[in-house]
Amino acid sequence: MAAMQFRQAIVNALADEMRSDPTVMLFGEDVAEAEGPFKTSEGLLTEFGPVRVRDTPISEMGFTGAAVGAAILGAKPVVEIMFIEFLGVALDQVVTEAAKMRYLSNGKLSVPMVVRASCGSGLGFGSQHSQTLENWFTATPGLKLIMLSDAQSAYTLTRAAIQDPDPVVILEPRILYAKRGEVDKDLKLKIGQARIMQPGSDITIVSSGQMVDVCKEAIAESGVSAELIDLATIVPWDRKTVLDSVKKTGRLVVVEEAPLSGGWGSEIVATATSALFGELKAAPFRITAPDIPVPYSGPLETRYIPTKEDVARQLKEVMTTGKTPKTWWEMEGLK
Amino acid sequence: MSAQLERRKAVQTDEVAGYERMLEIREFENQINGLFAAGLIRGTTHLCLGQEALDIAIAAELRPSDTVMATYRGHGVALALGLTPESVLGEIMGKTNGCCGGVGGSMHLADMSVGLLPTSAIVGGGIPIAAGAALAYQLLGQDNVGVAIFGDGATNIGAFHEGLNLAAIWNLPAIFICDNNVYGEYSRIDKTTPLEDLHMRAESYKMPHYAVDGMDVAATRKGIKEAVDRARSGGGPTLIEAKTYRFAGHSRADKALYRPEGELEKWQERDPIKLTEEGLVKRGLLDAAKIEKMRADMTKTIEGVVATCQAAPSPTVASMFENVFTS
Repeated sequence: MAAMQFRQAIVNALADEMRSDPTVMLFGEDVAEAEGPFKTSEGLLTEFGPVRVRDTPISEMGFTGAAVGAAILGAKPVVEIMFIEFLGVALDQVVTEAAKMRYLSNGKLSVPMVVRASCGSGLGFGSQHSQTLENWFTATPGLKLIMLSDAQSAYTLTRAAIQDPDPVVILEPRILYAKRGEVDKDLKLKIGQARIMQPGSDITIVSSGQMVDVCKEAIAESGVSAELIDLATIVPWDRKTVLDSVKKTGRLVVVEEAPLSGGWGSEIVATATSALFGELKAAPFRITAPDIPVPYSGPLETRYIPTKEDVARQLKEVMTTGKTPKTWWEMEGLK
Repeated sequence: MSAQLERRKAVQTDEVAGYERMLEIREFENQINGLFAAGLIRGTTHLCLGQEALDIAIAAELRPSDTVMATYRGHGVALALGLTPESVLGEIMGKTNGCCGGVGGSMHLADMSVGLLPTSAIVGGGIPIAAGAALAYQLLGQDNVGVAIFGDGATNIGAFHEGLNLAAIWNLPAIFICDNNVYGEYSRIDKTTPLEDLHMRAESYKMPHYAVDGMDVAATRKGIKEAVDRARSGGGPTLIEAKTYRFAGHSRADKALYRPEGELEKWQERDPIKLTEEGLVKRGLLDAAKIEKMRADMTKTIEGVVATCQAAPSPTVASMFENVFTS
């Protein structure tokens, strides 16, 4: 075990994979000489050289597409997208090219590429640099989708993604880069495997990304015995771990950073409701951001994503009333 | 040697075989409309009638270990590279004998044994992917080349510019072949693009570029060879503009009524099959009797292929659940 920052866990994962596999390469905007805008490639150019670690032009469609081709032909490219929004201009390559190659080659090709992108709110980057956008990818068969929540998941799942033979998108909550955490390099955590972060008996909380820490604090504040699950892999998600937990607790809340409509939490709620309807003690529900862009002003952005106070309120409310709590914006008459 | 590799070798080593393959492509494409009318093909299809010379030139100058990223107008290049007519038509008819087992269709043909990646149905989408194939060759120290084939319309999409720029700054062993067939979907190139010689766009990437007569196999081969030699020897990428003409409409539904009067006929005077035939006759490699026999045989062959594909089984329902993920 070693304590390190979330971003250092990513550096470690990249370096360890590059040491063990000479076909792993990294490219993206300012990842080489500048060592990454968030310092997630510190030391990699020095150790692995300019053939394997490359700066690209501001050209996401070009270099993401190059990763698709390189992956098919024997390289294991990791591309860094500085802000997940920038993948919007390259979505074709991920959703329509990479995710279809195996299918369209009748199983003869695979695309072992990784797209890493920083995401999320909380740092005052405004509407176009603060989204999580994980829901862009959930309805695309052929893609795997990971959302990191701490240094441990950053290390283990980044390595797992590079080793995976299929295209994987990894979202890195930007607010976590400097956060320290313990990393056990030998921990076994696979893609598609959820993590039970703390056990509990009365309600299951499924969360991901920076919301996992918010949920931990909310549990402590509420005093509710909640079982906290970090979903970690959003596609394919760990049905067994989630359903086993909900079966035990009889209650489910999904806490997401993204806006309410169309979120992956709906899939979890729908699945659990359909599978365990007769065993539920309360209606499964979701806590999310409202259906608005991420606002800039500090006091607004702080309220925008689920807060520990609001999660704690809703936990207590569902436990005492058995009813689905209202959102904070409904309570305040804002929508 | 597999049937595909044998077919590939034939066009690489024998000009008459190359001519015969052009006949095959022509006959194949001519059959498609009838098969649609008979309800044996679904969806859409994009014919390459008139562009056979370019397909043959590419197949002749590249090795099977090079990678070709082509487009939805891909029947001809697939046949030229060595895919059998059964595997291409089987795919177009959605049958198990198709090169992708019937899940791809007309726009998605693939066979990596001769270097054909699944053809892309997104205009320009394959250009960065070909650059990426070249990137893998550079990383792994292999002397293969990555080739993108795309239409004139693709030179207006971002992927073209991003792919070329990346290939230029990284000096990748890539070749970008613009098949300028004058029309992007239903629009004439001069209505959408303020530039007649599209290869000039490579100037802004300091990349070697030139046009070739895409109706002439020898001229096109010469231009491709120059680019292949440059790429294999570490000289970086090239943009080639092959001046061709699309004898058919954009897709099945398009009757191409927007063409100026006489334009098609003018280009048909330089039909690549006619030009190749004349050249081979002049050099004593073909004569009228041989040509007549080859054409008649080809018609019969393709009719046989149609019958084989009609009789081939459709994929099982279970097969559509396969190959979404490797693991």
